[in-house]
Amino acid sequence: MPFAAEPPVINEAATAFMLIASSMVLLMTPGLALFYGGMTRSKSVLNMMMMSFGAMAVVGIVYVLWGYSMSFGNLQDGGSDIAGIFANPFHLFGLSQLAGEDGARLIDPFGVGVFIPEYIYAGFQLTFAVITVALISGAIADRVKFGTWITFAVIWVTVVYFPIAHMVWGGGLLSGAEGGLSAKLFGVTDGLASVLPIDFAGGTVVHINAGAAGLALALVVGKRLGFGKVAMRPHNLPLVMIGAGLLWFGWFGFNAGSELAADGVASSVWLNTTVATCAAAIGWLVVEKIRDGHATSLGAASGVVAGLVAITPACGALSPVGSIILGVVAGGLSALAVGLKYKFGYDDSLDVVGVHLVAGLWGTVGAGLLATKTGLFYGGGWQQTVLQVLIAVISLVLSFVLTYVIAVALKATLGWRISDDAESEGIDQAVHAESGYEIGGFPASGGRTTRPAISTASQVEGANA
Amino acid sequence: MKLITAIIKPHQLDEVKEALEAFGVAGMTISEASGYGRQRGHSEVYRGAEYTVDFVPKVRLEVLVDDVDSSDVLEVILKAAQTGRIGDGKIWAVPVDEVVRVRTGERGVDAL
Repeated sequence: MPFAAEPPVINEAATAFMLIASSMVLLMTPGLALFYGGMTRSKSVLNMMMMSFGAMAVVGIVYVLWGYSMSFGNLQDGGSDIAGIFANPFHLFGLSQLAGEDGARLIDPFGVGVFIPEYIYAGFQLTFAVITVALISGAIADRVKFGTWITFAVIWVTVVYFPIAHMVWGGGLLSGAEGGLSAKLFGVTDGLASVLPIDFAGGTVVHINAGAAGLALALVVGKRLGFGKVAMRPHNLPLVMIGAGLLWFGWFGFNAGSELAADGVASSVWLNTTVATCAAAIGWLVVEKIRDGHATSLGAASGVVAGLVAITPACGALSPVGSIILGVVAGGLSALAVGLKYKFGYDDSLDVVGVHLVAGLWGTVGAGLLATKTGLFYGGGWQQTVLQVLIAVISLVLSFVLTYVIAVALKATLGWRISDDAESEGIDQAVHAESGYEIGGFPASGGRTTRPAISTASQVEGANA
Repeated sequence: MKLITAIIKPHQLDEVKEALEAFGVAGMTISEASGYGRQRGHSEVYRGAEYTVDFVPKVRLEVLVDDVDSSDVLEVILKAAQTGRIGDGKIWAVPVDEVVRVRTGERGVDAL
């Protein structure tokens, strides 16, 4: 943190921008619920959506209690950092310290003189933690106990997400800080690593992390009954497309918001995010048309997400044309990668690996190739690309191993799977006692009220009398 | 009396209904159905995974008619439902013992 002689002044434009950007990112999780929900079978749509909403509920609270402190508590006011891996979880526990002396203490995370209240910086980061956990749920659709998922969300975000967020964005090992990996490899210039790792908005922290975690979970939890034999086609593609649209909209908050200021970089990020996504949709559809004979709506929606994932780490470093190249490759690669699960026999139900891991890896590495200032293709030498590969692989391995251990521990204690009967009948009714749709237009499916909604004891008595 | 049941392509329904009305049939019942015959199903592709969908959407149309009209009505449906391509469906007629109009309690041919 640069030391300011005069007391810092709030940048109200940036603050307004961050309030909006954070709200947009939060909307991505309900958007993801639609995107995923439409892809499941109709008997498990509610459970799929509840995994996102459940993650939102618990991770939001955990973030305020110890998450922000663990990730960013070291940024100012003498917070400490443990070996570059995570910050002290108790330093800012509960975040009441963010009130500061004037009601809202200010922070300038990039040290560029743009001060925003730390409350909204924490809020912005909170929304990232929420969506990252929610993303993982797509790997284990239709088959896990809700309680185990919620427990997993709390443990995973604490043991895996907060440390990785700290390492990449909180001045830890994978950042450009003086004590980080890059500084050790390529030396230090002016107190920062000579080659700065590029992860603008979370290719490693969010997408590689969620993708690797999804793979580990899919392996530990096991396949859905009938995987590869029974047709498990999406039950509502219009929901999927609405979800993809909401994700795209929210993603502007995610990427442009990561600039933490309404400025030129945020504007270029907006444009790069848009064109990479357009290009990825085309990339996916072209692969489909050639391979399967049809350009599908699910392919368009999936290509959109693959493009958004890939441009996430790179959006601040590329030109618009570079973004188009990055995007079209991302869409094509992911379209090819979603078939791997059948080849290797793991049931990553909604392709968290094929979309988030693959496009996340490509985006992180591709940033090293296509960055206009330091990229290999722009004559910037090989260092950036090597560094990008390193941070990608380290995040992947770290997330995979830690997630695998957590998943095995939960399997041995709470257990992951619902009963085979419940899974065949549909998880919505077994776990949530609800069904997503009233099919056929018969009132209440021919049922009757066996217990009126409980409001007062006398009403219940009256109804039963 | 006869019950005529026709399994037809959903998009032929309007044509069949109009033809039956023009013939003088006063009412009918339809329901959504799924099925396949010699045409078998079709295939769908989701993220590269191909699924065979055997049961394709059909409409099941039921009409109660007097014995004397049975073969004419069957002919009317046949003409209206036929496209000449696979998947046009089937029509059959079965004898009915009794018909009752619920509102009035009329029975037999009066209830048609």
